[in-house]
Amino acid sequence: MDLQPTDDQNSLVEMITGFAADRFPIEIIRSFSDRTGFDRSRWSELAALGTFGVAVPEESGGVGLNFIDAVLVHEALGAALVPGPLVAATLASGVVEGVIDGSVVPCLVDLPHDGPLIVEHFRSADVLLVVSDNGVELISCSEISGSDVLHPTDPTTPVTVLASRPEGKSVGGPELATAWRQRGSLLASAQLSGNSSGSTSLAVEYAKEREQFGRPIGSFQGLKHLLADSWIRTEVARSSVWAAGVTIDEPEVGSIPRAVAGARLTAARAATENAKTCVQVHGGMGFTWEVDAHLFLKRAWILETQFGSIDDAADVVAELYAIR
Amino acid sequence: MHLRDSESDAAFRTEVREWLGGAVASLPSRPSDDDWPGRRAYDAHWQRLLFDAGYAGINWPAEHGGRGATPTEHLIFLEESAAAKAPDVGVGFVGQMHAGPTIIAEGTDAQKSHHLRGILTGEHVWCQGFSEPGSGSDLASLRTRAFRDGDDYVVTGQKIWTSHAMAADYCEMLVRTDPNELKHKGISWLIMPMDLPGIDVRPLVTVHGSTEFAELFLDEVRVPVSNLVGEENDGWRVANVTLSFERGTGFVGELLDTTNVFQELIEFSKSTTRNGKSVYDDDSIRREIGIIGADLDALWAFTKRNVSQGARGGMVMGSGSGFKVAFATTQHRLGDLALRVLDRSSLSLDDLDGLPTGELVHAKLHAFAISLGGGTTQIQQNIIAERVLGLPRER
Repeated sequence: MDLQPTDDQNSLVEMITGFAADRFPIEIIRSFSDRTGFDRSRWSELAALGTFGVAVPEESGGVGLNFIDAVLVHEALGAALVPGPLVAATLASGVVEGVIDGSVVPCLVDLPHDGPLIVEHFRSADVLLVVSDNGVELISCSEISGSDVLHPTDPTTPVTVLASRPEGKSVGGPELATAWRQRGSLLASAQLSGNSSGSTSLAVEYAKEREQFGRPIGSFQGLKHLLADSWIRTEVARSSVWAAGVTIDEPEVGSIPRAVAGARLTAARAATENAKTCVQVHGGMGFTWEVDAHLFLKRAWILETQFGSIDDAADVVAELYAIR
Repeated sequence: MHLRDSESDAAFRTEVREWLGGAVASLPSRPSDDDWPGRRAYDAHWQRLLFDAGYAGINWPAEHGGRGATPTEHLIFLEESAAAKAPDVGVGFVGQMHAGPTIIAEGTDAQKSHHLRGILTGEHVWCQGFSEPGSGSDLASLRTRAFRDGDDYVVTGQKIWTSHAMAADYCEMLVRTDPNELKHKGISWLIMPMDLPGIDVRPLVTVHGSTEFAELFLDEVRVPVSNLVGEENDGWRVANVTLSFERGTGFVGELLDTTNVFQELIEFSKSTTRNGKSVYDDDSIRREIGIIGADLDALWAFTKRNVSQGARGGMVMGSGSGFKVAFATTQHRLGDLALRVLDRSSLSLDDLDGLPTGELVHAKLHAFAISLGGGTTQIQQNIIAERVLGLPRER
């Protein structure tokens, strides 16, 4: 047993973090609010790092590492608010030609039982992956009609409402769909865990600089306790996200559905609560478009809906405890 | 990163499991909580079995009589002990977890040879005299006075939250040897035999009605100077030296207990009917179970991270505090859910109808032991805010 990252894993995370700071500064991320803001060349640079193929075998063009390494990468991407269909690209790498090198941009919909068919990053994508109980289907975006939402809740995640249920050609059966739902859920949870850490850093920096009553507001216990709780929520979330990643690599150590659902619950809570704390710590400025706090909060809201609701996740964990 | 056992860890797990199976089956029934002589004898008997099998002081260095096991082996031993329903450390807690390691690090050769073996065999029981009525979170303000008179320290004052004092032979105690120094300076660490004249032990009844703790009233107790551990007036540092031994296993026993209580609560919720359906089938109850289950799984993973880091030689700053706060929060949440599930069965601290109803009410009350004991949640939050996040001190 060793549930702390190795030196190699720390280097991998540092590389992604460094790249994100250099090539995806907040101005670039904010430009994704324009529907034409998706920058394919930056996306290709991200792909060229091996980002999407971390856990794809080398013979299929990937880096050949384990799934936990993809989890760590997504945590770093989430902390930096890197935009785009990151989960779809990671799932489709090694399965759909061209995704791994960034030349084909995928988007994905996990078919809901009811309600509107909303797809993130549809307008920037070349192909749509449709995940359902029956399997995974692939269809060219040009064959689908949909209307773009003018004001997406998360300005850095454009969304489109599809006109009808798309029909594509099969790329895999129910087993692939199950694997993608589990892995997709965990990658989104990893981004949530990273998001919770990113918003905490932003809030802590502000609390050190901002002065009221003649001293930094971070010296007041009222804020200290809020921020300490944020840090703790991140560490709890990170623990279950990492354990779930390792469980996917080593299925004999536990239940994958329980680990994945548990990771979603702790990571979604960490991201939404920490982003709320980040807004609160910024005071009135936190209520403005200008300060980045709302970007963490809104991204967290998007991610926590992907591959099932948190109520679904709570049901899964309860059922798997109760059958023991 | 891995969660599976290495080959040697798997072999250790098998060996421990086999031994525990036989040893636990040989035990007599457990005495009641208030039967201190009985508890002491029961715990000492178990500790002797561990000692004879080479499992006593599992994380102590081999040169001091321990097994010198790795943090991972320690975790495996605790996991297997819980699975086998083996007794926990019981009245051996202070000696094995704190006083013994302190004497290993700071004691004289005479102190080591006199005390360490007795702790490992279960022959000697220790209690802790740190907190005082006026010195809780601000422990360094302690005022129990020890002045030098010949070859003795003459100790006068009052201690509180002294676990297992009713059964103890020795007390690890912090006293003020220099009244002119405030706070951390001027404190010394003494070994006080509990049979000296001038010690009055009065049980302190807790919210769940147990006598786990006591108050010590000390009136001119003469403790030999040879019982000073470390230098005079250097006791604050001596008391903290065990922090560097922490390898992430400190709360494993509590976490195992909590996980068991949680499983019992789920069983109870499934077998109890309300408004024509099982309590478990109420969506809000079931989802709360799911959230608490996810939190417990996360706390296990957090423990494994801390143990993994401990195996590399030391903990990450704040990880112990963070774990404790998160654990306390989950304990309280579990207790709140227990009261909802129990409904009016929660009016009894005794079990009803052969179901663990009283145990579940106890679990709610016990949550306060986690959020208060060993540094309150608010003190841990301050530690994280200042030492991990780098926020400025208030004063």
